[in-house]
Amino acid sequence: MVATAVLNSGDTAWMLTATALVMLMTVPGVALYYGGLVKRENVLNTLFMSIIAFAITSVIWVIYAYQFAFGTDVNGLIGNGANILFFGITSNTLAPLAPTIPVTIYSAFELVFAAITVALISGAVVGRLKFKAWLAFVPLWITIVYVPISHWVWGGGWLAKLGALDFAGGTVVHLDCGIAALVLCIYLGARKDTKLLPHHLGYSVIGAALLWFGWFGFNAGSALTAGGLASSAFLVTNTATAAAMISWMLIDIIKTGKPTVLGAITGAVCGLVAITPASGYVSVEGALILGFITSFFSYYAMTWLKPRFGYDDSLDVFAVHGVSGLWGALATGLFAAPFINPAGVGLFYGNPMQMVWQLIDIGTVIAWSGGWTLVIAFVIDKTIGLRVTDDEELEGLDTTLHEESGYRI
Amino acid sequence: MKEIIAIIRPSKLDEVKQALEDIKCHGITVTEVKGRGRQLGITESYRGSDYRIDLLPKTRLEIIVQDAEVKEVVDNIVKTAQTGDIGDGKIFISSVEDVVRIRTGERGEKAV
Repeated sequence: MVATAVLNSGDTAWMLTATALVMLMTVPGVALYYGGLVKRENVLNTLFMSIIAFAITSVIWVIYAYQFAFGTDVNGLIGNGANILFFGITSNTLAPLAPTIPVTIYSAFELVFAAITVALISGAVVGRLKFKAWLAFVPLWITIVYVPISHWVWGGGWLAKLGALDFAGGTVVHLDCGIAALVLCIYLGARKDTKLLPHHLGYSVIGAALLWFGWFGFNAGSALTAGGLASSAFLVTNTATAAAMISWMLIDIIKTGKPTVLGAITGAVCGLVAITPASGYVSVEGALILGFITSFFSYYAMTWLKPRFGYDDSLDVFAVHGVSGLWGALATGLFAAPFINPAGVGLFYGNPMQMVWQLIDIGTVIAWSGGWTLVIAFVIDKTIGLRVTDDEELEGLDTTLHEESGYRI
Repeated sequence: MKEIIAIIRPSKLDEVKQALEDIKCHGITVTEVKGRGRQLGITESYRGSDYRIDLLPKTRLEIIVQDAEVKEVVDNIVKTAQTGDIGDGKIFISSVEDVVRIRTGERGEKAV
């Protein structure tokens, strides 16, 4: 912590860059990644869900959500909403939680995190959720689920005070959206045709590549400064991602004899997710191990857990983000190395209690996200309705909900 | 006059076109089609789950030739389009009653 708050132009320059990088992860990263995996008649609807989630979150964030998430802590539970609509904040006001950068860029950085978290949920329900229901879901979910959790972990709330470690969002972002995705897709029910093939995997490769690129802003930006910690986070992020891509490819080869591109990019995203909570705490060795292992967990969630329980998580949001996010949060408690960041000491460095704090964080996020997502889904279902008609679903949502189509040929 | 309809692998189209050109068989109509045979398609694997692709992309050639040319044309298509693996396709041959060249109104074998 800096004794006297002074703006640092290096830190500010990096945070401006990092924020723009994270924006790229949603628009168009997630949009393309998901867009390529759906059937051609749903491509525009799928892209639209991500980009509109970004716009809605952007608006509610500056009106009130930022203040309640990151305003002055009230009893560890919620931020003080005194500065609604940025009332009283000038362009020179420094961020209380990152005292070398302006609060404006700090809030924008937190905004792009909130936006991608809710956009990721859309992958579980593509092809059958009413667009109007999504327009209601996004602000409700950000307000009720995301704002409190991000306050507890990052805004000086009770989980942070307890000692839970989540550098860039293994629980706040990934476990959070993975659980919400699971609950929402179970509530919504399976697609009429669950054997739909990806219509354009090239889109998904571009989307995954943009996720990987933007993730440097996500993780290295979470240092909130430009220095050694950000650089270390940058390197371990890349390391874990590469290791996870290779391990998924090996699983593919062992299981079917052939490596697949979709498998490789899925592995990369799992690696990105798993390193996220750990990126500011672990060494390169820790990143290699946790990245290599995470593909196995997500692969089995996809190929064993999903068929066994019969839920239709269309684009495997739970398997990728929920499961790798959970593993990343646990791995942070195992591998956090004090020589990387004195704020985190894991089990392997003599602090078994860290695992307890990680488990409390994980349990809290699962319960809060799962419970409230169910309530939100129920309320929307009884008012607007959640699911499109069978005819609309079979014909595709681009023409039936938006009166446009992605392809003329 | 006979109509030869050949369903072949799309990847073999260029070779077959060249082979037909080499024996002075010039007129062909090509369409991209989908179909399946006895094996009911193939299986593809996405994220560890198997998906059956039950209609595969194929290329359909229509060629109208004089009776005497049928054997040579068919032999050439078989020779060039054959890989020996499942999915090489089929050739159908049927009789044609009449042919009209629209530009001149000519009929019959002259119009082929």
